[in-house]
Amino acid sequence: MSAEAMTLFSTELAARFDALVERYPVRRSALIPMLLYAQDEIGYLSDAVIEEVARRIGITPLDVRNVATYYSMLRFKPAGKFNVQVCTNISCMLRGGYKIFERFQERLGIGHKGVTADGLFSLEEVECIGACCWAPAVQVNYDFHDELTEEQVDAILDEYRSRSQKAGSR
Amino acid sequence: MADVTFTVDGKKLTAPAGTLLIEACRKAGIEIPAFCYYPGLSLQAACRMCVVRQEKVPKLQTACTTPVAEGQVFITDSPEIAQARKATLQLLLGNHPLDCPVCDAGGECELQDMTFKYGAGESLYAEAKQHREEQQWSPVVYFDRPRCILCYRCVRMCGEGMDVWALGIQNRGVSAVIAPNGGDHLDCEQCGMCIDVCPVGALTSGTYRYKSRPWEMNHVSTVCTHCGDGCKVTLGVRRADDGMEIVRADNRDKSGINGDFLCAKGRFGFDFVHGKDRLTRPLVRNAAGVLEPTTWEKAIRLVAQKFGETVGTGDGQIGVIGSPRITNEENYLLQKFARTVLRTQHIDHERTADYPTFSRMLAGAEDRAASHREIAAAPAILVLGGNPTEEHPLLAWSLRTNFRLNHARLYLANTQPIRLERQARQTLRISDYDALVRYLGGEDAAMASIAGAAEFRQALLAEESLVVVAGAEYRGASLAALMRWGLCRTGVKFALLSDFANARGAADMGVYPDLLPGYLPLAGEQPLHSEYAGMPTNSGLDLTAMVEAATTGALKALYVVGSDPVTALGVAQGALRNSFVVVEDCFLTATAAEADVVLPAASLYEKTGTVTSCYGDIQMVRKAADVAGVKPDFEIVVRLAGAMGVDVRKLVPFGQSTGVHADMGQSRGAQAGEADRHAVWLTANDLEPRLSPFDPLATLDEVERLVPSYRLDRLNLFAGNEMTTTPGAGFVSLDSLVGRKDGVVATHPGLFRSGELGRKTEMLQKLQAYQEGFHSAAAAD
Repeated sequence: MSAEAMTLFSTELAARFDALVERYPVRRSALIPMLLYAQDEIGYLSDAVIEEVARRIGITPLDVRNVATYYSMLRFKPAGKFNVQVCTNISCMLRGGYKIFERFQERLGIGHKGVTADGLFSLEEVECIGACCWAPAVQVNYDFHDELTEEQVDAILDEYRSRSQKAGSR
Repeated sequence: MADVTFTVDGKKLTAPAGTLLIEACRKAGIEIPAFCYYPGLSLQAACRMCVVRQEKVPKLQTACTTPVAEGQVFITDSPEIAQARKATLQLLLGNHPLDCPVCDAGGECELQDMTFKYGAGESLYAEAKQHREEQQWSPVVYFDRPRCILCYRCVRMCGEGMDVWALGIQNRGVSAVIAPNGGDHLDCEQCGMCIDVCPVGALTSGTYRYKSRPWEMNHVSTVCTHCGDGCKVTLGVRRADDGMEIVRADNRDKSGINGDFLCAKGRFGFDFVHGKDRLTRPLVRNAAGVLEPTTWEKAIRLVAQKFGETVGTGDGQIGVIGSPRITNEENYLLQKFARTVLRTQHIDHERTADYPTFSRMLAGAEDRAASHREIAAAPAILVLGGNPTEEHPLLAWSLRTNFRLNHARLYLANTQPIRLERQARQTLRISDYDALVRYLGGEDAAMASIAGAAEFRQALLAEESLVVVAGAEYRGASLAALMRWGLCRTGVKFALLSDFANARGAADMGVYPDLLPGYLPLAGEQPLHSEYAGMPTNSGLDLTAMVEAATTGALKALYVVGSDPVTALGVAQGALRNSFVVVEDCFLTATAAEADVVLPAASLYEKTGTVTSCYGDIQMVRKAADVAGVKPDFEIVVRLAGAMGVDVRKLVPFGQSTGVHADMGQSRGAQAGEADRHAVWLTANDLEPRLSPFDPLATLDEVERLVPSYRLDRLNLFAGNEMTTTPGAGFVSLDSLVGRKDGVVATHPGLFRSGELGRKTEMLQKLQAYQEGFHSAAAAD
């Protein structure tokens, strides 16, 4: 049984991994990018993902966990389709980051690390996302929304909701 | 490397350049505290306890990662440093439960010692402590998270030391935690090294936890009873209702050939001593054919009478089976008893390696046998056959350590994959061990089809010195061929692996039907021959033939000590009824169940003497446990001889010509009739009577006198160091090697298996079942 036959990953991702492990002097250097790409595709680091990453690098699943658990942006439970990360570090905090975070909590009915019942949104309070100049800022998956007011929160959520509906009807 | 001179606390010290400051200071008697630093493991610098002030360096430096160089100036003790260490302790204690009164480590805890020393008894931290419930990770490993100080010692020991990598560290900062590979359990070798290195009580042992405190135990240093590696083990013993019970096993002072190492069997495999199946009363088969408890006096008298009658009918009427589990002195005494009192050459033991060939090949060769220390420090080692990780855990440990620390070049040739391959420079998968020897000797056709053989041979021949470790696969002619190849080359040394604690000793002591102690032939002009004057000189029957002869009645009596031939040979029930069978053992083995008389014997943990590891390292065994009712095999043989009317003085050279001057038990007083704690006390205080007929050390004198390879430095031996045999010494005849049947049956013990002893050790059974659970699950996938 070859690793390819058993893979959880798409052909593109598998090919990306194969190229990545060869790029470093030691294979395990590819671990963190591999985990991140795997999370992007699968949604979270399931036991099966961890085992496959370990197998592809040639280390134990325990080694992978040792590294993965260190990083807060790697997750072990499924997030929503749109993962809302609200910064409450100093710049954002001073410009109303907590208000933004509260608004998201109210609108979505979930708290920090929560996922909505329909699985569409998840919410996280995060440390600095590097958008201090345009504080307060949130990151939804890889998209930034900055210089926010509480009112804009609703618009953002509506936008993603409609985007999802469009994708669904297509 | 060149020596450098540097200053520590105003003292000029000298050490090789590159030595770590912490090591250099320890050698000079300057103690620098550290939790995470552990000699031999990679550096971590996680605990910050070893901070010192270095001149011209702005911040405090960690002594565990600072290599010394010429002209450096350090201060290791100042108010500033004490304050830094105290602050570190306060942080470590931030989440520590301070449950020292119930903690296993209390009394030998490094955190406790440091807290006392630096006085971090009060803390500025007002935060609530994070409590977590204790977790059980395996039958033997328990984890108490709040006690953990995250020194990473267990993680490194498991990974680097054991090459198992079953422990990791997860999360970060205040929520960082040691994690086992199975999520909530450990799937590993269960060696317990993680527990041993834990400086606090975060990892605790399933056999010892909450049982005792270090100061309540007597710590007796002896040798492990399981495999042939001969690890030193410190048994923690405590008074129990029926004697002294073992509550813990570790190598407390890290001395001996194994240093800090012990495997699962050494660390957790001692509960057989107090097992419920343990025999504690002699049994005699009554008229109804049932084994019935009796007294020692009656049993000894019966056996002596039967043996006496049988000996009276002529030579060679009795078969004697010795044991690779009992001491050198016992095996020596047993063969002497057989040859001079029972007048028989039918004596043998369960052979697990061909030591006669090994010793004969080394005859006259100087310094060609490798002791364990030599293997552990050799620059190049060739391991042929065997499976060290499973069957010789200490050898595997030493090879890994030698590879890791000294970059030793390890060459493996085996018919199957073995774990050590990760450390090997070259591995050769072969199908025929004899062909390999021929190939090494230059016969190219012998391994023409084996990939990598040419490079393997080339690398081996390029080695200037080489230790060859041969598994039991090599025996008889193939062992001789291998050793002939090596002896032709300079710098090649040999070791031969065997399965039991004293397999080498039983062989060295002449428990063979055709060889005397020291592998001397039965007839000859050596001092031994004149001492044994008048013994029968025809070779006797070997173990299989003896059992066969006993079933037909050709042998009138069979005396089996610490062995179970009925199981080993698959003898049918009731087949031994034609012969008078006496069995001495700790348990009612299948052979004992067939016996006419069963004598309950002491295990290796309940007696004194010496044993020889498979590498020829002779070590002292000391009485640790005490079980009421049992006797050491040595005492039983002496008592039997006495009851047969033999002059015991001829058997055991005890006492002096002027008589006996020693405490023979007169001072026992109020303890008479109780378990023999008195003897334990005498041993503990080094006052053991050396002049009684039951003193094995008297027989050790005779062994030293008559067996050329056992020249011992007694002071060193009694101090707990190993002495190495010199197999090449003394007279040896090569003639008796030709056509000799080696009779080797390797038993292949595993990490948790150890023959009958293993089956009677509950914890090893538990571990075996636990680990098999994982492997059967994996096989089903």
